[in-house]
Amino acid sequence: MSRLPNLFVLALGITTLLLGVAYGVATRYQMAAERQVMLQQVAAVRPQFDEAKSIDEVPTTTNLADAEDIGSENRIATDRDAKASVPAPNSLRRLGIGRPALPAEIAAWDVDIMPDGHGLPEGRGDVETGEAIFSDYCASCHGDFAEGVDNWPVLAGGFDTLAEDNPIKTIGSYWPHLSTVWDYIQRSMPFGSAQTLDEDQVYAIVAYLLYSNDLVDESFALSHENFADILMPNVAGFVVDDRAETEYALWRKKPCMQNCKESVNITMRASDLDVTPEPIRLETSTTHSDGEVSDKDIVKNGQKVFKKCQTCHQVGAQAKHRVGPHLNKIFGRVIGGLEDFRYSQVFDVAAKEGQIWDEESMAAFLLEPRTYFQGTKMAFSGLRTADEIAGVIAYLKTYSD
Amino acid sequence: MAGLTRRRMLGGAAAATGGLLSSKAEARSPDPLITELQDWASQTGDGVDATPYGLPIEYERDVIRRNVPWLTADTISSVNFTPIHALDGTITPQGCAFERHHSGAIALRKQDYRLLINGLVENPIVLTYGDIERFPRETHVYFCECAANTGMEWAGAQLNGVQFTHGMLHNMEYTGVPLRVLLAEAGADMSDQNWLYIEGADASSNGRSLPMAKALDDCLVAFKANGEALRKEHGYPVRLVVPGWEGNLWVKWLRRIEVVAEAVESREETSKYTDLLANGTARKWSWVMDAKAVITSPSPQAPIFHGYGPLVISGLAWSGHGRITRVDVSLDGGVSWEIARLGYRGSDKALTRFYHDIHWNGNEMLLQARAIDETGYVQPTKSQLRAVRGENSIYHNNGVQTWYVDSQGVVENVEIT
Repeated sequence: MSRLPNLFVLALGITTLLLGVAYGVATRYQMAAERQVMLQQVAAVRPQFDEAKSIDEVPTTTNLADAEDIGSENRIATDRDAKASVPAPNSLRRLGIGRPALPAEIAAWDVDIMPDGHGLPEGRGDVETGEAIFSDYCASCHGDFAEGVDNWPVLAGGFDTLAEDNPIKTIGSYWPHLSTVWDYIQRSMPFGSAQTLDEDQVYAIVAYLLYSNDLVDESFALSHENFADILMPNVAGFVVDDRAETEYALWRKKPCMQNCKESVNITMRASDLDVTPEPIRLETSTTHSDGEVSDKDIVKNGQKVFKKCQTCHQVGAQAKHRVGPHLNKIFGRVIGGLEDFRYSQVFDVAAKEGQIWDEESMAAFLLEPRTYFQGTKMAFSGLRTADEIAGVIAYLKTYSD
Repeated sequence: MAGLTRRRMLGGAAAATGGLLSSKAEARSPDPLITELQDWASQTGDGVDATPYGLPIEYERDVIRRNVPWLTADTISSVNFTPIHALDGTITPQGCAFERHHSGAIALRKQDYRLLINGLVENPIVLTYGDIERFPRETHVYFCECAANTGMEWAGAQLNGVQFTHGMLHNMEYTGVPLRVLLAEAGADMSDQNWLYIEGADASSNGRSLPMAKALDDCLVAFKANGEALRKEHGYPVRLVVPGWEGNLWVKWLRRIEVVAEAVESREETSKYTDLLANGTARKWSWVMDAKAVITSPSPQAPIFHGYGPLVISGLAWSGHGRITRVDVSLDGGVSWEIARLGYRGSDKALTRFYHDIHWNGNEMLLQARAIDETGYVQPTKSQLRAVRGENSIYHNNGVQTWYVDSQGVVENVEIT
């Protein structure tokens, strides 16, 4: 199911939900006519959904295995798997558990996009717009040119490297379908603020990624209408798992037990690379009791709460700007005052007015960020409790010297 | 200690602890642990409720999941490893079973849990957590292995510890509802050519396409592991269990099952979890985890401290094709093999524990184990695998592992000819 058929189902109304689903699905997948007929026939002979919970449909006996349509062989564990439980009764009848899903619920969660583009909502975005959005939301991990920062994924380039010693698997060099890019960005990105981009923004980012992979020119705009025209370079680069032919046939043989090789030499040692994490040593830790337990607990709690912030904001000696600015020495800092970070406009205004971050402004901002600074790019919706806010402030203060 | 290598330190530790040169310890003076009154034999210990939910005793606090910081950009989209070097038997305790998240482990309450089944179904339905507990359920033990387990070893010996080379692995007793029961409830079109699209509730929205035949065979919608609720990091309150198939399909925080007519080709089944071959093409839909065995002790993190004499060689074997029927052990790098003893015969697609009891006289050893499953599949060597696939597959490395044991009992991950 996808958004378009769902709208169609909505229009049909709930009373014809069954048929609507069958029809919508059939249309979407262009199923063979026979199957469509079969599905509708099945729907016709099945009890109506609303009636399913009637007393006739729910087995009255408490022992489901005794219900007439349950094979008695289901009750016997096979020799092959003697440890396993007896298989659960495999009723052909519905048990009447759960409730019908509403079209709006299906529409909210069923947003996956198929390789042929089915499921795409209407929309449009061009390379230039995409570049700006990418720069704001994606570049801190993926780089301004989708080249990847640190260990984060490289999204562009790598053409003709797949058969080399160090293949670079990018959207351009490896991904077989453009639908995957759209689907993944709309559902799983940006990291830490997933599902906050609208359709046009996603189209624009995908257009920019095509551009950064030299697959379209800078004037290109991507939409639901031209989406299916884009063929990814590596679409033919995949084969369905062929281990049964290429490997199992070789290795399902009686193994050698004696004199299997003439000599054995060590060719490589892990210790030469020396990249293994150090072992944990069991020393007893020294504990202090200096009477400041409660303050420490607030900071500790704040550190925990700060996990919500740290995909975008870093603190500490190694802190760098990410999607958001680093927060070292935040208190006493001019709001929007770091010159090497691109703030939302509303912060530039605050900086000009010389506003300063203090506990009060920070608490108000953390409670309702988008109210306190209307227009902030920060996607976070705010902390819930005074304890969380006090904790985060106390934690940030430990990085204020 | 500066200047001493880890290797020498471990060797020194072995010598100090074990009395390496004699296989029999002889007491020269009475052991005060026996002859003197100890506190624990005189005073009382903790009362009940000292730990209402217990953790292992502090002396075992090195037996924990570890990550390899340089592997991933941060810990939120990352993986850590089960300390299999320090475990025995077959069941993995939940608290040290490896974690793999794509957007972190979310805290999802049972009362906020919803499962939607839609697509090619007569009755799209919504189930709550309570609803799921009302369907007939089953209990089975299955291993879960990440497709990338041992993935860092394709180009050669890299990580010096079985926790890191083979620890994206756990084995639990799952209780859940067979997936086919839930599909029947929704009136799914269970035609062979159909697929399921399985999706999680976390921000990564991890989604995978699953062929109908597997869904109807043995998949479980699980809500208990090892008798208790799933841990947050393993998908509390509900995850999918896909026996014998790569861990990425075991979608955590399961929120949606859609019956579809073709594979969705999501990010996790195209960009990731596909196996690049030497010629530049890649295998997709390589779901089954082939048979694999590894010696967990001795291993680099579990060197031989006790000196010469009786030595228990212990390890794990498993196969996504079914049951392990035999494990062979070699002490000489694969020149000769002996059949190991299956100390705990696992069930279908579950870990099997094997033991091989030897008398070690201090000779250097090149320890190997190879698994054989009920289909006759014999675990290949790394060279055999590389000959077919090259070195860039990342996933599905089930080649035979070699541990070098020196005369001091220090163990190292090596590659051999």
